Amino acid sequence: MQVQRWTRTSRWFGAAFCVLVVVLAFVPLVFDPDIVQKLTTLLILVLLAVMWNALAGYGGLLSVGQQAFIGIGAYGTVFFAGQGISPYPAMLLATVLAGAISLPISLFALRLRAAQFAIGMWVIAEVISIVVRLDQNLGAGTGISLIQLNQYEPNFRQAYTFWLALAFTVIFLAALFFLLRSPLGASLRAIRDDEDAARSLGVRVAARKRLLFVLAGLGCGAAGVLIVANTLFIEPTSIFSVQWSAYMIFMVLVGGLGTFEGPILGAILLFAIQTTFTQGGPWYLVGLGATAALFALLLPRGLWGVVEERLGLQLIAVGFRVVEKKPDA
Amino acid sequence: MSLLLEVSGLDCRYGLLQAVRGVSLEVAAGETVALIGANGAGKTTLLRAVAGAHRPHAGRVIFDRSDITRMPAHERVARGIALVPEGRRLFPSLTVEENLRVAAAGRRGRWNVRTVLEVFPLLQARRHMPAATLSGGEQQAVAIGRALMSNPRLLLLDEVSLGLAPVVVDAVYRSLADVIGEGATVVLVEQDLTRALKVAGRVICMLEGRVVLEGEAASLDRDHVVSAYFGLRRPA
Amino acid sequence: MTIVNAVLQGIFLGAFYAVLACGLSIMFGVMRIINLAHGDLAVLGAYATFVIVEQTGASALIAFVVSLPLMIVLGYVLQLTVLERSLKAGILTPLLATFGLSIVVQNLLQLAFSPDVRSLGGSAGTITTASWQVTSGLSVSALGLLVLLVAVLLFGGLQLFLSRTRVGWMMRATAEDADAAELVGIDSRAVYARATALAVATAALGGLFLGIRSVFDPVSGPTQLIFAFEAVVIGGMGSLRGTLLGGIALGVAQTVGAQIHPQFAVMAGHLLFLAVLIVRFGGARLRLRPV
Repeated sequence: MQVQRWTRTSRWFGAAFCVLVVVLAFVPLVFDPDIVQKLTTLLILVLLAVMWNALAGYGGLLSVGQQAFIGIGAYGTVFFAGQGISPYPAMLLATVLAGAISLPISLFALRLRAAQFAIGMWVIAEVISIVVRLDQNLGAGTGISLIQLNQYEPNFRQAYTFWLALAFTVIFLAALFFLLRSPLGASLRAIRDDEDAARSLGVRVAARKRLLFVLAGLGCGAAGVLIVANTLFIEPTSIFSVQWSAYMIFMVLVGGLGTFEGPILGAILLFAIQTTFTQGGPWYLVGLGATAALFALLLPRGLWGVVEERLGLQLIAVGFRVVEKKPDA
Repeated sequence: MSLLLEVSGLDCRYGLLQAVRGVSLEVAAGETVALIGANGAGKTTLLRAVAGAHRPHAGRVIFDRSDITRMPAHERVARGIALVPEGRRLFPSLTVEENLRVAAAGRRGRWNVRTVLEVFPLLQARRHMPAATLSGGEQQAVAIGRALMSNPRLLLLDEVSLGLAPVVVDAVYRSLADVIGEGATVVLVEQDLTRALKVAGRVICMLEGRVVLEGEAASLDRDHVVSAYFGLRRPA
Repeated sequence: MTIVNAVLQGIFLGAFYAVLACGLSIMFGVMRIINLAHGDLAVLGAYATFVIVEQTGASALIAFVVSLPLMIVLGYVLQLTVLERSLKAGILTPLLATFGLSIVVQNLLQLAFSPDVRSLGGSAGTITTASWQVTSGLSVSALGLLVLLVAVLLFGGLQLFLSRTRVGWMMRATAEDADAAELVGIDSRAVYARATALAVATAALGGLFLGIRSVFDPVSGPTQLIFAFEAVVIGGMGSLRGTLLGGIALGVAQTVGAQIHPQFAVMAGHLLFLAVLIVRFGGARLRLRPV
């Protein structure tokens, strides 16, 4: 018997992924700005899904309040840009700000379990939203534009934003990938499978969860940054909307909770649905909500879970697999 | 005597762990059967499967000529099966009387709050106290009384002496003798071999999920039982 | 005097939150789950009453009595279709499933009733407007008193039900040890379904008061859920009496907070909730050592 990390498929896929990133980097040079903007949206969805899955799928932390960090990222960008910092550095600062704020929040939020954590995070998002609304300099309740980005020519602006989105997505995917492959990864999977058992084996559950929480804070902050860079206008009701959590839950549940590949698949699916049903509207949301609920009840490991189970396929080598060797005759 | 319980080819699993492997046994009405065996032999799981608290992987449980393998636990209580679970499992915030009355499920018979308190007189004074405040022996008495409240035809007792002082165990068994004297059919799991052989008419010994020895208590040689208990000599 | 009035109005408001929170508290107490669609069910109840008022011209209170059995049936159906299955699947599944349900209910309401705001105030009779001016700065509204009275009766009645009736004992027994309850002949599925039906019925009552006190629209649910959950947590999860007190504490925090700044009302409630969480689960120490 022998333990493997890389399979032939995952090796090929790793190489294909690198090629894909390089190809994507050329997208703004080839395609129209509106396609670039759409693909930026896709990358934002991937980033959000992967971060929510990092929390729920690996940390057992179901947050209905990640919009707090999306909002901090978006409003942070507007704030720093308003202080005279050039827009793109302002975006990096805002991402760091979201991560920095997630640390003190984690101190008490991680003490909570299940519903208390879920709704506790939601209330925190509400509180931050109210604070933003009280600030006239941030447009209060009516919203604010990132006018500083207008100094760039639209085509270039869209390209820069896309590259930033690509960079963020690759960085956060890589961070999670290496985190899961490191010795920490085994303890994270142990927490995912059985938190109490992991604790009794000496896994420092709180510290591990904090790591995921801050990573997700940074990642959702980055997504917020990209949202404001992509749309140039934000207002508190929509950027702090619990709808973001609904999207994240949909993508992760449909794609596959606790799998690495699943959330990416879920994000592509949501993107496809959004581009097909451009009208949006209540029926579309009824469908999303019902699908998420059905997956939670009937297919808790999502579509990717089925793929993994049926085909034994693993594209990304975060786990281990045991290979039975035929005994010598 | 008519057959009350018939278990055939029972397999019980917890995930990959197989706790009961192909067990078959029969209990006639009015019998007292002791189920013995080392820890992990599958006795508790077997009782829980008979009571409906554990869904078996394979096999059948037949009670009074009807197949109850798929029947939920609460319906089996109405049919006349009651289990006194390991660890007593009282409802801690309910008083002694509430614990008893909440378990009065349908079947009529001689057992009610008054008659239970007569058999366990030590509970009389505790009647209106929450179960959480009782001593171990008192809790065990409530647990047995609670099972009696459904007027069972088959009473399953899982390690009623666990964690109790010897004097208390004596008192519990004295009360049980009354119950058995009423003509109830009893299957009990007991760690104490001497006690098991004394109270039971028949003994079934389990090892690693299988029945390895079965016989009349009076006719069994104690050394024979001990070696089966520890698996020192496998039956052919 | 304004502060006394604020506290009094806060008690009335808090009694409303307690009614909203009652069902959430029951379901958590019995099944250890939080129904994230609870607020939406309250709003759905308000719409059900609204429809009957529109169709028949009856008073909102009478219409509520008619809509109540429908909501109770809905509670049973919800338990048997969604919640029962999710209960067996770990602690996150009920949250995920009811969150999905919440989105479904909100958007079905959008489709059926448009996003317009509605109210039951006009159809509830003089109770909506009647009030007594005690002193110049202190007024007692009939509606506030009614809600407080109903809340006290509801919680008192539930307390009696749980401590005095056999069905109540069965509910407590199942809450404490569902496995053991089954073994003494209690049908835990039926108990759970009964608890959910009761919870949805009280949610509908909360929805009625929401509609009479102010206005509602298809997406009012999440806010009601947050307030209800805050009331449950402030009062101590798993305690019904605590939920009544928690609701009142939340209401008072909001009305007193509004005295400081009108926009501070909701914020004050949130802060009280977070403070309670910090105190209860506090003692968190930041370890700066790397993981």
